[in-house]
Amino acid sequence: MMQPIIELKNITYKYQPDDVNPALKDVSFSINKGEWIAIIGHNGSGKSTLAKTINGLLMPETGTVNVGELSLNEENVWTIRKMVGMVFQNPDNQFVGSTVEDDVAFGLENQGIPREEMVERVKAALEAVRMSEFSKKEPARLSGGQKQRVAIAGVVALRPDIIILDEATSMLDPEGRAEVISTIQKIKEESNLTVISITHDIDEAANANRIFVMRQGELVNEGTPEEIFSAGPELIKLGLDLPFPEKLKAALKERGIDVPSEYLTEEGMVDWLWTSVLKK
Amino acid sequence: MMNKLILGRYMPGDSLIHRLDSRAKLVASFYFIGIIFMANNWQTYLLAAVFTLFAILLSKVDLKFFIRGVKPLIWLILFTVALQIMFTRGGEVYWEWGVFSITEFGLTNGVFIFCRFVLIIFMSTLLTLTTPPLELSDAIEYLLRPLKVVRFPVHEVSLMLSIALRFVPTLMDETEKIMNAQRARGVDFGEGSLIQKMKAVVPLLIPLFVSSFNRAEDLATAMEARGYQGGDGRTKYRVLHWHNRDTMVVVAFVLLTIALIFLRS
Repeated sequence: MMQPIIELKNITYKYQPDDVNPALKDVSFSINKGEWIAIIGHNGSGKSTLAKTINGLLMPETGTVNVGELSLNEENVWTIRKMVGMVFQNPDNQFVGSTVEDDVAFGLENQGIPREEMVERVKAALEAVRMSEFSKKEPARLSGGQKQRVAIAGVVALRPDIIILDEATSMLDPEGRAEVISTIQKIKEESNLTVISITHDIDEAANANRIFVMRQGELVNEGTPEEIFSAGPELIKLGLDLPFPEKLKAALKERGIDVPSEYLTEEGMVDWLWTSVLKK
Repeated sequence: MMNKLILGRYMPGDSLIHRLDSRAKLVASFYFIGIIFMANNWQTYLLAAVFTLFAILLSKVDLKFFIRGVKPLIWLILFTVALQIMFTRGGEVYWEWGVFSITEFGLTNGVFIFCRFVLIIFMSTLLTLTTPPLELSDAIEYLLRPLKVVRFPVHEVSLMLSIALRFVPTLMDETEKIMNAQRARGVDFGEGSLIQKMKAVVPLLIPLFVSSFNRAEDLATAMEARGYQGGDGRTKYRVLHWHNRDTMVVVAFVLLTIALIFLRS
């Protein structure tokens, strides 16, 4: 039996008290340790707000948030922030230090960790994201993907249990995106992290264990990528894009080819393609 | 436009001066500005000039950078020198017209003032050319530390300083981008009358302000998410080390002070 590490119950949040449409409406879910969760949804569906309620950057109006054994309140918000690392969207705006190592050390400094230990942890964290040779560089001399990797190193150095990626790859080019995702995957395997990734990138979401779909502040669907994506063209109505295998299936269908209705991963699609060609 | 400005720029290098402790350099530069006012005759000015040139030589930075550092201030210097020459009386009178006069004392005073200006600028340029801004802000933080007694927010000021320094290149890039974007929409920067020039700055400044505030907000969120709660209980990753060479600087300045006291008339 897996133990939930994050539990949200009936969360409602409004940015302005008199807002007619709350940013979050009665959201509940639980996440188990070691899961990779993708939260998808169109712009303004409340994904980022949801992420910020998990580590207390926003305090929900009603409902409870539990992280680990603790329930989120003013008192232990800092303990929870130690457990939850966040990487944000804009790589430029989350770089606090003037050099790479200073930035990675920033979170450690906040926790009052002695310097000798900081030096070790910074080094290890930069190695984990393959940025060791850049340790003395200034942010202005790094690419966006490199800056995001430094931000990840800053989180890794703190050794959290949960990492939240708040659209961390949306401002990067395809190469930077792949780099960041593979870095996170590697770290996740090494230290059994729980990852919550908020994303527009459907192909990234397709690699998650479970997907949450948000629409207008509500959690409208939840399931494995297979379950979510088998909705096929229905996804477009939710304001989402189709993953590539689904697009291919739709295009084949248009050309009169009989395709399986269940969702196929890229590998699954490849297998299906070559077996069906052989059968003919 | 930005490239001409030498003041406040850093030239990477690995000379003795580069490797000095930033606290030593900062204090020494301010101290030099203080003791230059003790110089009052040819010998003392010569000594100060030799001292400065020796320091410049040690830094291995090209002398032309220092001369370029003086350039933006040249009109101020010449104006001050001219005033000195015109209004100082005493000694032999070479030329006189109403309240204006050129006298022996006036001329020597003028030359002294000129030397004083140039030496001060050389010394402060040397400081900024050989010290990374970051180390400079570390030094300022260290030196402000005693002010904690009077409840001066030392940690906040130093954090502010280092964030400001870290965002200078980012904002420069941003300015350039906004300028180009506005140019692409037909704004002429630096053309037309003074009023028109000032009006052209509006489409640059307003987006820049807005984006700076947005950046500040994002940064604040990111800092909080990483557990920032203010200066209490924080440790420091960057530390400054005091070496023998830094003590040498102190000795050199003590010797210079003694020599100046002996030589002044």
